[in-house]
Amino acid sequence: MQTKRTIFRNLWLPYLLVAPQLAITLIFFLWPAGQAVWQSFLREDAFGLKTTFIGLGNYERLLDNPEYLNSLKVTAVFSISTATLAIVLALVLALAVDRMLRSARVYTTLLVWPYAVAPAIAGVLWWFIFNPTIGILPYLLDRVGYDWNHSLIKRDAMILVIIAAAWKQVSYNFLFFVAGLQAIPASMREAAAIDGAGPFKRFWSITLPLLSPTTFFLLVVNVVYTMFDTFPVIDAVTSGGPAQATNILVYKVYRDGFVGLNLGSSAAQSVILMAIVISLTVIQFRYIERRVTY
Amino acid sequence: MAGITLENVGKTYAGDVAAVADVNLEINDGEFVVLVGPSGCGKSTLLRMVAGLETITEGRVTIGARVVNNLEPADRDIAMVFQNYALYPHMTVRQNLSYGLKNRRMPRDEITRRVDEAAGILEIGEYLDRKPRALSGGQRQRVAMGRAIVREPAAFLFDEPLSNLDAKLRVSMRGEIRSLQKRLGTTSVYVTHDQLEAMTLADRLVVLRGGRIEQIGAPIEVYRRPVSTFVAGFIGSPAMNLLPGTLQGGQLHVGGQSFAVEVAGNEKVEVGIRPEDLRPAKSGEPGLAVSLAYVEALGAQQLGHFRVDGHPLVAAFPPDQLVHDRMSLAFDRTILHLFSAETGKRLN
Repeated sequence: MQTKRTIFRNLWLPYLLVAPQLAITLIFFLWPAGQAVWQSFLREDAFGLKTTFIGLGNYERLLDNPEYLNSLKVTAVFSISTATLAIVLALVLALAVDRMLRSARVYTTLLVWPYAVAPAIAGVLWWFIFNPTIGILPYLLDRVGYDWNHSLIKRDAMILVIIAAAWKQVSYNFLFFVAGLQAIPASMREAAAIDGAGPFKRFWSITLPLLSPTTFFLLVVNVVYTMFDTFPVIDAVTSGGPAQATNILVYKVYRDGFVGLNLGSSAAQSVILMAIVISLTVIQFRYIERRVTY
Repeated sequence: MAGITLENVGKTYAGDVAAVADVNLEINDGEFVVLVGPSGCGKSTLLRMVAGLETITEGRVTIGARVVNNLEPADRDIAMVFQNYALYPHMTVRQNLSYGLKNRRMPRDEITRRVDEAAGILEIGEYLDRKPRALSGGQRQRVAMGRAIVREPAAFLFDEPLSNLDAKLRVSMRGEIRSLQKRLGTTSVYVTHDQLEAMTLADRLVVLRGGRIEQIGAPIEVYRRPVSTFVAGFIGSPAMNLLPGTLQGGQLHVGGQSFAVEVAGNEKVEVGIRPEDLRPAKSGEPGLAVSLAYVEALGAQQLGHFRVDGHPLVAAFPPDQLVHDRMSLAFDRTILHLFSAETGKRLN
């Protein structure tokens, strides 16, 4: 890729031009992040009258706290399931589109719609569909002998938030997969067909490996999505319940900090969450830089 | 080893668009046949129909003793070399070559033997553990051919395999493909739009136009007796000159000259003269009065671009020939090509 180089005559002009971006990053990202790190070392009473520096105290208490460890576990289950479901479903849909000739455009447009729906709306939508009293799905599940109740049964609640969160992400993944599939030359698949590979063999040995950069990128983006952006879905559908079953890390940060007013612990939690996401992102860049070359 | 027979083969797309129509062609065992024609003449479609990558909507294709119309590409016992090589980028060269054999559940030592043999023939032995992206265009081309060779198929199908190479490599790879095919004796069908490639490679040429066969024949035969103005203009470089003339009771009038020809009839004609058949007229000899536009010196020969009666005319001269602004060009009347101006078909 060729980039155009511009030489500025005025020494200050380039700094002036990047200043807005820098200001936004500083004010809305670095400053709050720094505040969170600083606050995670403090303990504040509920009225905000007295603040004590306690070093790593908040972290020690968190790692001893079974509720927090449960939240870590819940997050892991939720993230992996949501990302896997969203990616696999999107790949299946993209493969279907790739085989279509005429209606592909309409189909693609329809599949992209969910992405434009606000997460909270999506959550409420699924909440209605799965509502034990008025929802259509519990009614159908009841017919096959399954008593659905996500406000009481932990597993049902988890399944519900996974479906609601994955549903939204499918559109995004789908677009990337369609683009990825279109980038694979038709002759590659034709050569494989002549080489005696059936449709399944072709998919596993040619298509999937060639899609691997896309898949890996989506995996990391999806995991980050499930860790940060699923807050509205959880809030609208289960509020973390029942009995902490869907209380993922980002939701617990909010509950402990803004509802429970335990600011120090909440800050420590957000620092840990930040560390997890940063390390995942680092892994992504390391990995992708080595892989995506052709 | 097997021959390929095409009987009344046609391809019609939805909406009655005929890409290929009425193709009858018998390719003998071990023969090298080149399908040639301009873009959109249906040559690639025809090849892909033989390969099984396009459905055959009319007629019958037979490879060896089997009608293959409804067989999968894998079951047709053919191997194809693609224009963009279509090598699997995530596999090493060895894996690329073995892929088709593994899919056919060939024993591992047999695969190794065939891959090593093909690598030896194509001199790509030292690249076997590399990925395609680490290879140059010519090396990739060899790997693509290797993938066809290891299969030991009944026929090779080539879809413009040299068009992604630079000019020099194209010439040398052309020679290699030819000698390789002679050595293996495998029936080959080769698609190209490059008439030079077609002339040099083919045992037999098939010139296609608008989805139909225009002419079939040995390259030199097609060059000497093109059946239409289309073939005349397509085969041979620089292209054959076509001048308008009139035929009247055994007399041909062209470029201010008249002489007797052994063709009956009265009609407007196109007179074809190859540039290499033109030479400066000796004094007293009748010739075409031409005026010079410009000269292209190619080294081994020079091309004089003239105008005669307002029509362009190209003549190929030896490099030491003096070219004047006004000249008289003579040609051998026995090697004239006469085409009907109306149908474009050959008259003599």
